Amino acid sequence: MPISKETLDEIALSEVEYKAIVERLGREPNSLELGMFGSMWSEHCGYKHSKLLLRQLPSKSPRLLVMPGAENAGVVDIGDGLAVVMKVESHNHPSAVEPFQGAATGVGGIVRDIFAMGARPIALLNSLRFGPLDQAQNRSLFRGVVAGISWYGNCIGVPDVGGEVSFSTSYSGNPLINAMCVGLVEKGRMVRASASGLGNLLILVGADTGRDGIHGASGLASRTFEEEREMRPTVQVGNPFLEKVLIEGCLEALDTGYILAMQDLGAAGLTSTVVESVARSGSGAIINIERAPRREEGMTPYEMMLSESQERMLVVVSSQHEEAVTQVFDKWDLESTVIGEVTEDGLVRVYDGDSLEASLPVNVLTDPPLYRLQGVQPAYMGETQGLDLEALPIPIESAESILLRLLSFPDIAGKEWIYRQYDHQVQTNTLQAPGGDAAVLRVKGTGKGIAMSTDGNGRYCYLDPFVGGIIAVAEACRNLTCVGAEPLAITDCLNFGNPERPEVYYQLEQCIEGMTKACEALGVPVISGNVSLYNETRGDAIWPTPVVGSLGLLEDAEKRCTTAFKDEGDLVVLLGAAEVSDDARYLSGSAYLEEVHGEVAGIPSIDLVLEVRVQRLCRRAIEEGLLHSAHDCADGGLAVALAESCLAGGIGFNGNFSINSGWDAALFGEAQSRIVVSLAPDDLAAVEKLASEQDVPWVQLGSVGRATFSLPPLIDAPLDQLEAAWKGGLEKALG
Amino acid sequence: MKFGIVVFPGTWSDGDCYHVAKSVLGQDAQYVWHKDRDMSGLDCLVLPGGFSYGDYLRTGAIARFSPVMEEVERFADRGGLVLGICNGFQILCEAGLLPGVLTRNNHVQFRCQWVDLHVENPRTSFTSDCQEGQVLHIPISHGEGNYYADSDTLASLNANGQVAFRYCTPEGEITVEANPNGSLENIAGIVSERGNVLGMMPHPERCCEAALGGTDGRFIFESMLRVVV
Repeated sequence: MPISKETLDEIALSEVEYKAIVERLGREPNSLELGMFGSMWSEHCGYKHSKLLLRQLPSKSPRLLVMPGAENAGVVDIGDGLAVVMKVESHNHPSAVEPFQGAATGVGGIVRDIFAMGARPIALLNSLRFGPLDQAQNRSLFRGVVAGISWYGNCIGVPDVGGEVSFSTSYSGNPLINAMCVGLVEKGRMVRASASGLGNLLILVGADTGRDGIHGASGLASRTFEEEREMRPTVQVGNPFLEKVLIEGCLEALDTGYILAMQDLGAAGLTSTVVESVARSGSGAIINIERAPRREEGMTPYEMMLSESQERMLVVVSSQHEEAVTQVFDKWDLESTVIGEVTEDGLVRVYDGDSLEASLPVNVLTDPPLYRLQGVQPAYMGETQGLDLEALPIPIESAESILLRLLSFPDIAGKEWIYRQYDHQVQTNTLQAPGGDAAVLRVKGTGKGIAMSTDGNGRYCYLDPFVGGIIAVAEACRNLTCVGAEPLAITDCLNFGNPERPEVYYQLEQCIEGMTKACEALGVPVISGNVSLYNETRGDAIWPTPVVGSLGLLEDAEKRCTTAFKDEGDLVVLLGAAEVSDDARYLSGSAYLEEVHGEVAGIPSIDLVLEVRVQRLCRRAIEEGLLHSAHDCADGGLAVALAESCLAGGIGFNGNFSINSGWDAALFGEAQSRIVVSLAPDDLAAVEKLASEQDVPWVQLGSVGRATFSLPPLIDAPLDQLEAAWKGGLEKALG
Repeated sequence: MKFGIVVFPGTWSDGDCYHVAKSVLGQDAQYVWHKDRDMSGLDCLVLPGGFSYGDYLRTGAIARFSPVMEEVERFADRGGLVLGICNGFQILCEAGLLPGVLTRNNHVQFRCQWVDLHVENPRTSFTSDCQEGQVLHIPISHGEGNYYADSDTLASLNANGQVAFRYCTPEGEITVEANPNGSLENIAGIVSERGNVLGMMPHPERCCEAALGGTDGRFIFESMLRVVV
């Protein structure tokens, strides 16, 4: 029976893929089986266009405890018998359709990935991108997303300690919502995701299964927004209270020692969870979906297997220990039901009562075709790379006016409006709250601190995906370095357009290559990650936007460093450059170039060898207690970094470095590998010595003091003027 | 002193309070599950912050029907010390152990930030360590902290010295700007008529260690320790 194009289109499978399924099964799949393939072989679950590229990312390190990808999230040993788990995941498409629930369930999903490993979720971070705030549609999306994250995160009692947000026309119509979660676990208590052992029971815990989210994985996450279609039913609906109870119930159930494996239900619901939990050990499963509690009457096997109802976990227990485990769930008033058992025949068999509804080999379901396409450098790059930055006119607008403008630019302005809606203190581990270069949490019972941040820059990756990929990783590690933490690992979320288009595939390929190079140079493995493709509308792809979540360790949390200038008379030094360069090429991809000249152009650059040395120097200096502050130069360049350190410290800056004629490049250029530090004058000699040992150039910029931001002869502004611009920027843009 | 820390489904400051009681104050502490009724050996009870029952229906509305709340009431009737923090305060009001009600913040957003509290009455069991008019720097973290009571109740609270804390400026002035949620008369915390039950929206357990940004929370806990049991 020929399969209709509509049917295939509904589940986002191609004709070629359908033929492959028929060939490998030796027959045509029935409609439930086809639905299961649609989900398992979706881009979201199958990583068809990215897996081959992702394999080059370094994933090994002496500190790693499990093989990445083999469990739900990568695990890093931090000593003292403890390990940290982390992962970042996207929820872009659902959030574009329904921002509040889309963002909320994004948080829910990533948190479940973490406690599925037996780790207690201890922090959330999020990286967000929207179209410009002067459009009502984008304001509405932004407010909805922040409210959704606030609602869900606050209710489950996990502090939201950091993140980033950026606004650009590239993301109009395709906002990016990447949620990251970090968890802490005792090494002996980790749980695996895979189940084996004939007769072991599969127990479904948590929410009843409803009709929400069917085809969220294939229908929503794996396609572009071409036509207007009613997508709302494909967005899942969250219940954070149930999630909180699930966290406590599951972690307590783990204490019995009888749980053999645990997996969360997310994209593609029961189908993917059952399949993935037996795939790793060569086993199979029999499920009787009649036994699974449902929210609505008349739900079909198709709906039961593909529903993406939230707040559900699958737990594997041997039959003799069933009661001990379900007793814990009963204590928490959590519904738990045996829905099936593990077999040894390599098949997933779905029964509805006595009727066999589907029978599929696990190894085919988990083996989608992997595509290696031919990337082609996009035509626009010829133009953007060809712009003569040297020929840019020096603006008539004053440097002071431009600085104030950049400080109030929503990407750069103070984010308090956002993070005061998030509980960032619960669990009383937060040593450095949102607003700094990285969040720092203490590890109770040890003197250690763990630092974390999220970073990405779509502009750089658009202009040069390879260099942009390098910078994404470098900047993530540099942010950890600035608080004094040694980078241990990163997680990544790759947000791109339609990979079947050669230009987008090129971007994906090049970004991954760049990230790989940076990871190798900086010694950080990628321990987990997520890929979100098809972020485009009517052929207009978003800027390639890899988002990097980073994790670092402070052996002594007391030594952490902040961005704030401290004492009158402190010296301010720039690490990573021998002079403040006015080379126009550093304007490439800068916030200044876009804001003031309306251009996104140029060729970003980075010297990885220098970057590694600068970071090492900064960490050494912090370790030895020589620095009062450290803050890296990023969006807006040197002037913005200096201003931010003043604002954080409530104290002014008096510059005494010479600025050549190209002052715009000098003040607002975004050259990489530069960190602004401040220190007591007595410590300058020691810092100089360390710098020369590490072979890092540096230059003095001025001193801390008074209540003005002064860069003679260009800028002399009272601090409260800077503060008004920076503090009010985001709220003003929201109207 | 042995602290009993009550845990409802959805409570999440229980661990934070336990940490303060045991690791910071060096006292004894145990968790009290919402279905438990055994209060023996406990010198004081803490109802911590969180979203018990998800704040569904109304914040604290469901928790107050838990079996443990009958015991909390009995404990309070006997004169035992009961401290309700944030959601704990909301539950005590729903259960009638404290007058008034906590409603949605007037600006309708969740707010997590440091505030300043003016100690209105330094003679309660929870504020005896404080000076008259002292200002405490303590964080809030809530979406429903807007205290309301009718005018008779307010008059009575004021007349009896039952207002423990009001939101204020760092200099101690009670102003509209210093009010983070619209609470009537900037009320941040109140005690029962008898004085042994305190409900407060701010989180003292989040500021008992300098590393977390301040130690003013200790004034409240240390006042409690002084109470002879």
